Amino acid sequence: MDEQEKALTGEIKMRKLKDFSDGNPTTRNILNVSSIFVGVLVWFLITLIPSINTFLASPQQVISALGQEVQAGRYFKDIWASLQRVLVGFIVALACAIPVSFLMGWYPKVRALIDPWIQFFRTIPPIALIPLVILAMGLSEMAKYTIIFIAVFLVSVVTIYQGIREVDKTLVKAAYTFGARDINIFLSVMIPAAFPFILVAARLGIATALTTLIASEMTGATYGLGARITSAQQFMNVSVVLLGIITIGIIGFILDRVLLFVEKKLTKWK
Amino acid sequence: MEKEKDKTVTQSKPLIRVKNVNKTYKVVGGNDVIALNDVSLDIYPNEFICVVGPSGCGKTTLLNIIAGLEPHDTGEVTIDEHPVIGPGPDRGVIFQQYALFPWMTVRKNIEFGMKFKKVWHDVMVVDKKTGETHMERRYEHMTPAEKHALADKYIKMVNLEGFENSFPKELSGGMKQRVAIARGYAVAPEVLLLDEPFGALDAQTRAQLQEDLLKTWETERKTCFFITHDVEEAVLLATRVVIMSARPGKVHEIVDIDLPYPRNQATKMEPHFLELKNKIWDTVYRMYLEVRK
Repeated sequence: MDEQEKALTGEIKMRKLKDFSDGNPTTRNILNVSSIFVGVLVWFLITLIPSINTFLASPQQVISALGQEVQAGRYFKDIWASLQRVLVGFIVALACAIPVSFLMGWYPKVRALIDPWIQFFRTIPPIALIPLVILAMGLSEMAKYTIIFIAVFLVSVVTIYQGIREVDKTLVKAAYTFGARDINIFLSVMIPAAFPFILVAARLGIATALTTLIASEMTGATYGLGARITSAQQFMNVSVVLLGIITIGIIGFILDRVLLFVEKKLTKWK
Repeated sequence: MEKEKDKTVTQSKPLIRVKNVNKTYKVVGGNDVIALNDVSLDIYPNEFICVVGPSGCGKTTLLNIIAGLEPHDTGEVTIDEHPVIGPGPDRGVIFQQYALFPWMTVRKNIEFGMKFKKVWHDVMVVDKKTGETHMERRYEHMTPAEKHALADKYIKMVNLEGFENSFPKELSGGMKQRVAIARGYAVAPEVLLLDEPFGALDAQTRAQLQEDLLKTWETERKTCFFITHDVEEAVLLATRVVIMSARPGKVHEIVDIDLPYPRNQATKMEPHFLELKNKIWDTVYRMYLEVRK
C-alpha cells in the first residue's frame, strides 16, 4: 500500500489545519454548559476549605444571601435602582453620541475641535472623576447618571465616529452621480451605512455602563447593586458581595443578548 | 441659409467635449504627479468609446473629471455645451466595485437611482370656481408606481427576475454588476461612464456581461465611455478606442474600430478584429515597457 492509499483509508492521518471556524455547534454548546458547571463545582469544592471560605462565600451561602436580601425587600429595589441608573445614563449618552459623532464625521472642523477632548478623556477612568462629580452635584441621582453618561458617551462616540469614517466612499460617489444633495447623502447613505456601528456602540456602551455602575454608586446611594456591594464589603459580608457581582453579570448578559437580537433583526443585509 | 448651416453644425456637435484638460495631484513631501497633460477628446452621441492604457495613465482621473466627481486644474469639460461643475443624473457612472447599497434590495437599489430624477407628468387640474378641468404639465419626482415599473423593465433587461428582493451580499459579482448596470440605465443618463466595470469578474462572467452590454447598446444606443485595461474587451465593444500614455497621462492615439455590429464573442476570431487588437496591444505594451524604464 502506498502512502496516498494509507492516507485515504485513514491509516496515515491527514494533517488537520487550523481553519478558525467555530467548530461543531453541539460540541460548542456541551463545552459551554460543562464549563459553567465545572466552574461552579470548583467554586463549591474550594469553599469547603475553611481558610478560603473566610473570604470567598460558597454557592449555598450566596443562595441563602439571596433569600435574605429578597426577604428584607432590598434585592429587587437594588436591581431596579441600578438598572434605572444604567439605562438612563446609557440611553442619554448614546442619544448624545450619535449626533456628535455624525457632526465629527461630516465636518472636519468640528472633528478638529472635539477630537482632542475625546482622546484626552478617553483614557481617564471614571472613578477618578467621582470627587469632582460629588463636589459639583452632591450625592444626587444626577451624580450617578453623570458618571455613567461620561463613560458610555466616550466609548460610543469613538466607535460610531470610526464607523462613519469607514463608510465606503464609492457609495457616496454613486449617490452623488444620481443627483443626490448633501442632505440626501447624509440621510440615505451615511446613516444607514453607519447604523451597524451604532449597534456595536450600543453593545459596548451597555457593558461600559455596567462596569461603571459600582463607581457611580460610590457617590453614595441607599439602594443599588454597587452600593450594596460596597456596604457589604464594609461588614465583611462576602456572600452579599458575591450575590451583587453575579447579579450584575447576569443583567449584563441579558442586556447584551437583547441588543444582539436587535442587531440580527435590523441588519439582516450584513 | 444661416439656419441650415446651424443645423448641420448641431448634428455633428460632440455630446461631451474635453479640451486641453490638465490635472496634477499634489503629493505632500514628494514630487507632484501629473495625472492628465493637455488631454482633449470629443465624444459624440451614440458612440461607444473605450479607453485603454497602462496603469497610471489617468484613465480613471479622466472619467472622474467627466463625471464631475473630481475637479480639473485647467481646460474645459462640457456636456451638451454646459460646463461640468459637479456630478449629475445626465452622466451615469458604473464602478468596478459595483457601489450597490448593501442595506437595499436589488429593486431598492435600482429605484434609488431614480429618487432624485424629475419627469414630466400630465396632471388634470380642476378649477375650484368654475369646476372646469384642464390638463397641466408638471415637472416632478417620479411616483412610486413609475419607479416600480421602470425598475421591473431594467431588472428584466439584465435577466435578474426573481432576485428583486435579494440583498447584494446574496448575489455573485456578475449579478451585482448587472444590478449596477440596470441602475445606471434606469436613470436614462445622456452618457454612461464605466470604470473598469468587468475588471473584478472571472473570464466567463466577463464574456457574458460583454455580450449583454453589447446587446443592450445595440438596442438602446446610449453613449458609453468605458475604461478597461483589457485591449480585447475594448476592441470588441468600442466604436473608437482611445489609447492613453502614462506619466504624464496623455491621449496617445485614437483608433476607429470599423467592425460591424452586432458583435459577439465570435467577433474575436475575425481577422480584422485580431489585426486591430494586435496593433493596439502592441502600442499599449510598448508604452508599458517605456514607463517601467
